[in-house]
Amino acid sequence: MILLTRKAEFSAAHFYWNDDLSPAENERLFGKCANRNGHGHNYTLEVTVAGQIDPVTGFVVDLKQLKDILEHEVVGVYDHRHLNLEIPDFATAIPTTENIAIAIWRRLDGKIPNARLYRVRVYEMPDLFADFYGEFEPEFEAPEVML
Amino acid sequence: MKAYLTRRYHFSASHRLHADALSDAQNRDTYGKCNNPFGHGHNYSVAVTFAGPVDPATGMVCDLADLDAFAREHLLSRFHHHNLNTLDLFNELVPTTENLAVELHRIFLGFSARFPHAQLAHIHVEETGNNSFDFAGGPLPLPAKY
Repeated sequence: MILLTRKAEFSAAHFYWNDDLSPAENERLFGKCANRNGHGHNYTLEVTVAGQIDPVTGFVVDLKQLKDILEHEVVGVYDHRHLNLEIPDFATAIPTTENIAIAIWRRLDGKIPNARLYRVRVYEMPDLFADFYGEFEPEFEAPEVML
Repeated sequence: MKAYLTRRYHFSASHRLHADALSDAQNRDTYGKCNNPFGHGHNYSVAVTFAGPVDPATGMVCDLADLDAFAREHLLSRFHHHNLNTLDLFNELVPTTENLAVELHRIFLGFSARFPHAQLAHIHVEETGNNSFDFAGGPLPLPAKY
């Protein structure tokens, strides 16, 4: 098995807000990210797939095909959009970097021929990123803290 | 639902690699220019990774403002613009970046203690753009996903 990573970029607006909480609670929890006028980022997406090297082509996946899938499924949908207001993925989930990684996993899983989706990494900024490895189930429980 | 969140911090510090157990000649031989008695410095970058469930109310593994406040208090205020050799934690440890990674892991376990849903998964320290060190705790090698 070999891992292959393709990078893509998109720019989008978002804000953090939970309708179940009071405005004061939202502002306390999310700080400046709770500004309802939104703000934006240049996101970098890294998609890693796992597979076998095709003995004929030497590819795990056709990179052009992978690029087209990322463009069709993610970049073309998210780029220059407001994630909260325009993207159904975030109708109920707050578009945090964690939830964006999970939403992109859902968009790509099963769509890549000859390879298995291995990791979705989303950079909101160079110093902040989230990774999702498809660990939906079983429900993750934090282990006992060891000190 | 388990996700991993990584936050990177930057600090600049000086150090000198010198082991008291070795002779001056052995130290020069072992550490080369890093043994310069006057010390030298780096711009360090520390990437801290936490693993945990994504809280459905906040969409977060851990609150970044809390993590940044913890890092300001326990990382940046202690290390930024300091000489690592003068810090208590390097009294008996050579401040190599390997040892620094292990100490930073110990420090950030303190954040998991306060916010138990965010489990410390991994510390990645870059001493220069060409030298980096990883520590995930315990005696085990890093999991394959890293």
